[in-house]
Amino acid sequence: MTNHKLNTGRRRFLKTGAATAMALSAPAILRAEGTGAIRVGMPTILSGVVSILGESSVAGAKLVFDEFNASGGLDGRKIELITRDSRAKPEEAAKAVRDLVNGDGCNIILDAEASSGSFAVQEVIKSIGALCLHTVSEATPLSADPALHAPTAFRSARQGIHDAIGGGAYAAAVAKEKGLKRWATCSPDYAYGRTTTAEFMEYAKYFNSDIEVIGQAWPKLFQPDYTEVITRILQWRPDALYSALWGGDLVSFIDQANLYALFDQTETFSVNLGDYPVLTAVEQLPNGMRSGSRYNKVVPNTPENNAFYDAYVAKFGTLPTNWSWENATAATFVIEALKDVGTDDPVKLAEAIRGRTIASPFGVDGTLTMRAEDHTLTGYAVGYGVTTAEEPFMKDFHTSSWEQILELEADWKKRQGFA
Amino acid sequence: MEPAALLDCLTSLSCVVTQTTSGLIIGMLFFLVAAGLTLIFGVLGIVNFAHGAFYMVGAYLAYSAYQVTGSYLVAVLAGGFGAAILGVLFERFAIRRVYGENVLLQLLVCYGFVLVADDLVQIIWGSEYLSMGMPQAFRLPPVFIAGGIVPPFYIFIITVAAVFAAVLWFIIERTQYGRIIRATAVNPTMVSALGIPTPLIYLSVFALGMFLAGMAGGLAAPIRALTPGMGFSVLIVSFVVTVIGGMGSVTGALVASILIGLVRSYGSIGFPLFVDGLMYVMMGLVLVLKPNGLLGRQEASRP
Repeated sequence: MTNHKLNTGRRRFLKTGAATAMALSAPAILRAEGTGAIRVGMPTILSGVVSILGESSVAGAKLVFDEFNASGGLDGRKIELITRDSRAKPEEAAKAVRDLVNGDGCNIILDAEASSGSFAVQEVIKSIGALCLHTVSEATPLSADPALHAPTAFRSARQGIHDAIGGGAYAAAVAKEKGLKRWATCSPDYAYGRTTTAEFMEYAKYFNSDIEVIGQAWPKLFQPDYTEVITRILQWRPDALYSALWGGDLVSFIDQANLYALFDQTETFSVNLGDYPVLTAVEQLPNGMRSGSRYNKVVPNTPENNAFYDAYVAKFGTLPTNWSWENATAATFVIEALKDVGTDDPVKLAEAIRGRTIASPFGVDGTLTMRAEDHTLTGYAVGYGVTTAEEPFMKDFHTSSWEQILELEADWKKRQGFA
Repeated sequence: MEPAALLDCLTSLSCVVTQTTSGLIIGMLFFLVAAGLTLIFGVLGIVNFAHGAFYMVGAYLAYSAYQVTGSYLVAVLAGGFGAAILGVLFERFAIRRVYGENVLLQLLVCYGFVLVADDLVQIIWGSEYLSMGMPQAFRLPPVFIAGGIVPPFYIFIITVAAVFAAVLWFIIERTQYGRIIRATAVNPTMVSALGIPTPLIYLSVFALGMFLAGMAGGLAAPIRALTPGMGFSVLIVSFVVTVIGGMGSVTGALVASILIGLVRSYGSIGFPLFVDGLMYVMMGLVLVLKPNGLLGRQEASRP
């Protein structure tokens, strides 16, 4: 009797244990299917010098997902956003994606990594086939180069060549009007800085053949002191300066260049100055500095964009960044695709996103399109304006023509061997 | 390489003035950070990998103090003393336990502190870029000397750094406390046998080093964006300064800082794509020709 009880108890224990072990050892991807939450993974930079990139990326996506969940989700299934800190290391970003897909059951990845990380993530996506939207990287080849193409990967971020064409046309017009012939550049010494600068100057010269680049400075990323760079630029005596510096580096550069009155002596075009965190951090913003479009409440100045800004500030207590709208856009594409296909199957979702047009507060005409041919975003606000120290921080914004951008982009792709 | 541009610069008085003063500025800012690092290594034998974190904490404390008081002087002192107090706690509860231990263990303790400090800064001040802004007294147009441009704020920074270099030299070379520090660096057992509490000496030296790091952060706050993790950017150069100047030599750190500043300033004209490379080439040459650094002392026994 006692032995029987013991045997029964042992068998029950073994059965329960085996069942638990099986449940725990089943791939997370299987557990996530069915009626559970739809898991969306986000590798991003949540610590260190550019942690604001990660925080505002998460916030942008969360704003959209929370609203979707509050309205009932996908037939009751909520979206769960799982984030991983890559610490700005490409190898960590690639590992995080594998963990998110294989360990956490994420079929959908919002890759909020800087360019170097995004290229690493793209390689992982090619091999594991999850749906991926690159939400931060602006490096043009990521989506333009057919050799890097992945059927389930898209870009919801700006693309460098779009800003270069729009910015180049604007700069050329200002240069003609003000007689700015001698140009210098000052951009961070890595892939983004070099390609963005080369593309901008290429199109500035395309639209105005009088423009001549007389000197180029390439400070290191996160360099604390720009004195030697600033004095070098002063020696060149340029009429105009283009810079692709961004974030804290741009704040330091402006603070230090102010001491030399650099901006009184040159017309400055700083593509990344228009981001709120930079504009609000610079205590003495020089008059008349021009910036490319990043995110601004009044660009485009529509009730929908104003509403996004207000909702973001109310929810997070901080101002949205360029990364915020790019991630909010990715989240919207994911939701629209989920509604269409009713499942988080990556291949079906990719099919639903390819060529899709969504209503968006960030579109020049109120819509954004994920171009089918190269999986990249079009229709967002591209252009330049003059920055101001007070809200709305931008005036005289000139919106670039997408017709012109698309025409010249096609030509550029041919020359690069991408089309 | 642009040797012609460098030659043009060297034959133009305005260019020489601008580049020499910018070299001094770069160098003096390096010195303020590196002085504490070399002092701690010289006396305690600790490679303080957390030094940049104290620079960061000093900058953030200075920022907050400036927001409250509007006084740059109070801000700089808050940065210095805040970092020193934190340094005392760090020495008392962490570093003291790894004196004389394997250098990897010391690095591990320091790296742990860096991670904690970065996260705490992010929690307290947020991840957004912060800028103190230029104090009203220094919002002046640049001064033109022989056609060269010199910002008044940088004249102030150079002066402050020079005063601190002199004060440090005086303390270490001409005071009883300095003699004890030097003796402790060479033979702590003998100093202890004379009835001098060496743990207190270590603590005070560590606090002094952290005060210098925090004060450097506060002094630089008007011209450098504040971000979590910003300390790392100054750490590498500080180590280069320490190696070139000689581990433990404050005077060596001053000479090395100015040399590096001038190399960077003129290097940006003649070798714009190799400015960092020039700095490391200089370090390599010093290591080959004078392994103890320009003004370094012979290896001493350590606590």
